[in-house]
Amino acid sequence: MSAASDVIIIGGGLMGSSAALFLRGHGMSVTLLETDLIGRQASGTNFGNVRRQGRPIHQLPLANRALAIWRKSRELLGADVEYLQSGHIRVCYRERPELIEAMEDYAAKARLEGLDLELLTGNALRAKFPFFGSDVLAGSYSAMDGHANPRLAAPAFARAAQRMGATICENTKIVDAQKVGEDFIVTAQDGRTFRAPILLITAGAWGNALSSQFGEPVPIVPRGPNMSVTEPVPYAIHPAVGVMTPVEEETVYFRQVARGNIVLGGSTRGPSYPDDYRAYVLPQNTLSQLKQIRRLAPALGKLNIIRVWSGIEGYMPDSQPVMGPSATTSGLYYAFGFSGSGFQIGPGVGETMAEIIAQGATDIPMEPYKIARFAA
Amino acid sequence: MAEPRIVVVGAGPSGVRAAEAVAKAGLRPTVIDEARRAGGQIYRRQPDNFTRSYEKLYGTEAARAKALHDSFDALAGKIDYRPETLVWNIAAAHVWTANGNAQETLPYDALILCTGATDRLMPVKGWNMAGTYSLGGSQVALKSQAVSIGREVVFMGSGPLLYLVASQYVDAGAKVVGVLDTSSKAARIKALPDLLAMPSVLWNGVQLTRKLSKAGVPVHHQITPVEIIGNSETGVSGVRYRTASGEDKTIGCDAVAVGYHLRPETQLADLARCEFAFDAHTHQWLPQRDADGRASAAGVYLAGDGAKILGARSAEASGKLAALAALSDLGLPVDKGEITALRRDVANYSKFARGLSRAFPWPAAQAAALPDEAIICRCEAVSAGDLRAVMRETGAIEANRAKAFSRVGMGRCQGRYCGLAAAELIAAEAGIPVEQVGRLRGQAPVKPLPIAIGEEEA
Amino acid sequence: MNGRFVRLGETDRPHVALHVDGQAVTALEGDTLMVALLSSGGTLRESEFGDGRRAGFCLMGACQDCWVWTENGDRLRACSTLAASGQRILTSQPEATWPNLG
Repeated sequence: MSAASDVIIIGGGLMGSSAALFLRGHGMSVTLLETDLIGRQASGTNFGNVRRQGRPIHQLPLANRALAIWRKSRELLGADVEYLQSGHIRVCYRERPELIEAMEDYAAKARLEGLDLELLTGNALRAKFPFFGSDVLAGSYSAMDGHANPRLAAPAFARAAQRMGATICENTKIVDAQKVGEDFIVTAQDGRTFRAPILLITAGAWGNALSSQFGEPVPIVPRGPNMSVTEPVPYAIHPAVGVMTPVEEETVYFRQVARGNIVLGGSTRGPSYPDDYRAYVLPQNTLSQLKQIRRLAPALGKLNIIRVWSGIEGYMPDSQPVMGPSATTSGLYYAFGFSGSGFQIGPGVGETMAEIIAQGATDIPMEPYKIARFAA
Repeated sequence: MAEPRIVVVGAGPSGVRAAEAVAKAGLRPTVIDEARRAGGQIYRRQPDNFTRSYEKLYGTEAARAKALHDSFDALAGKIDYRPETLVWNIAAAHVWTANGNAQETLPYDALILCTGATDRLMPVKGWNMAGTYSLGGSQVALKSQAVSIGREVVFMGSGPLLYLVASQYVDAGAKVVGVLDTSSKAARIKALPDLLAMPSVLWNGVQLTRKLSKAGVPVHHQITPVEIIGNSETGVSGVRYRTASGEDKTIGCDAVAVGYHLRPETQLADLARCEFAFDAHTHQWLPQRDADGRASAAGVYLAGDGAKILGARSAEASGKLAALAALSDLGLPVDKGEITALRRDVANYSKFARGLSRAFPWPAAQAAALPDEAIICRCEAVSAGDLRAVMRETGAIEANRAKAFSRVGMGRCQGRYCGLAAAELIAAEAGIPVEQVGRLRGQAPVKPLPIAIGEEEA
Repeated sequence: MNGRFVRLGETDRPHVALHVDGQAVTALEGDTLMVALLSSGGTLRESEFGDGRRAGFCLMGACQDCWVWTENGDRLRACSTLAASGQRILTSQPEATWPNLG
């Protein structure tokens, strides 16, 4: 006998958990199935940027929708996920002056989508944020962006969904999903089966294993972020900070949490192993990250890092997620492959997927995310 | 074939004996140690301008300490010795080391981890106040710096070190105002059959308690710690405890040394991807190894108290044994008879160690009984009540999950001093066996790593 | 409080002169910074999370509860760093050197 509901969600990250909450808001019954515990991989181990700037312009309506949810997260979730709307700065280095033009161009287009960015010269930046090093040429400041705690966010969404009546099944590894007649039958490793007319796959790096069962393989690559955190120091850096660069190794970003620790991320992403459920920070990536942070913010060079971590993320070749209805199977939906950039938009993804499932349409542009773009 | 590269981490009893065995086989091992001088914690050497004798420093263990130091000194030139160097990560058969801001990466064919132990702690209300030290820390103060941790010192907890350090303090002229032991005399009697595996060590232990009573130091058994009292600015002013008969008493003091035997430093074994298993005797998760010290990870060997708390004598034997195992696996000739003898020694020490864990049991129930206002995680100043509230709100019952939500174990010490107690508290609150709570995963860097790392050439 | 730690011997060593929170302090050659500081004072640092002063805990580089600061912002682990003449130590975390509170 299968447990039945209106919607089954496979994958308890931020996407799945927030979709569960918003589907309950539409009055649909939901069962969320998670292999391990809620929000432990990409959703729980990322940097925690609640950042709109830098996203593709076509993604800004979704990012704006997500921002509205972050702003009311405390009331919505009944929990503090340490969301701070304390700004975000994106800078470029002297050796890449051409990026100033790219920043200006981006700011002009972003403004039309409701994202206001203030462009600052290096000296103006250093006057306002004296921690920047002399290599910093210019920056783009978004006052309305910020950051939150990824360890807390997805679990808080899942608990809120549960309070709203969603069924959350942790430690439930799914080994088979298929459509039989009008219903999807989903089977767990321990033999339990779940049945629903609608299936939403929010399984991150494991998404392809499930979409393949419906004839829609996608070229997803599992990787992992390199994260570090310093000892606590007096809280004085409010905005999240990141570097704009075409070179992956040069990528670096940091933010200070209100308790004082500074979270660092960036450099070449490491390997991750979805089958083993493990992701590792390679020591050489930690070293290269620290080198880059010294360049970006030499003042941090006196601190220590006390811990590093990573998690399993799924990357798509075009860095855009797979999101929307299946091209082969009615009642099947996807939202995975967020390519290391899903945290800010996460709640917006959940709300949008719930809207598509419950109402059949959304105003959010979904064209760039269609799974059919990978059809042979 | 190029000469095999053997890296020994730690220069305590097991590391020194491992390095010695490798050097004896004609190889030149690299010995990496965090300390300024070799010897480990137990045979820690005082700075070279200090003059106290071996007898004064190490008492009954003076000859062993001297032998170990002499052996190490004799290795000069035969080993690549790197003191004051931290192995901060291990990946792909390389150790990543930091000496100040200088970073170096060393490949290995065999890695012998002799990482030693730190104190096992059970939090008590007020233990975050200045003047509370780990028992081992109080011994380091005396042994390597010739200071007492205070004017009037209470020793509280359990384990052989409790009596040893208290009597060392008495000998050195410090004022010891009380020894508060959570274990019972009855437990010691029950453990006698195992403790008789090492009669001379047992005899030394008996002598210590005699010495304390002769010196007029009040020793109380089967007590329950209630609170370290004092002021958050100026520190400790006393200890409140409950006697075996249930009476609350207070001793005035300005320093407390607390410890409940030891716990192995297993972070590097974890980073080397060794498998762990729960040890029901000690309530600790231990890296798995075979009789000779081979870990589950290829090329990794575990010895000494860093693998399991078996004491310094065992550490010397297991260090040598691990080195012989590594040499043998690398195709070098080893003396089979010597291996057999060392295995027998280690088995005997294991029996004695089991006796110690019975005589001085880990008071797991104290964790469950911690009052809500007691700090459980000193680094992050998280209280037992905070942890309980997180459990109630989130349902977290797995160690790493509870850490992620509560920050217990997330601070600078990476859960070394709160992790075991937090697991017991979680288990008691959730009504599950503590092994089901799991263990905090080790995360690099093993100790804080400067952001300036790599700025200097190694 | 005069000092938390009490010397029990080995006092016949050359002196080392350092400054702690701006005050001249005399220690002995071979002292760790921790012993130098706690022979003349009661604590090493402030807990970041409001539960008061700390004075170290493990003395073996494991607990990380004895980090102090130099006047130029460097961090030193007091139990594993030797006291040296000329050191200028702070037992309170200096203000952030990247002021950005606007």
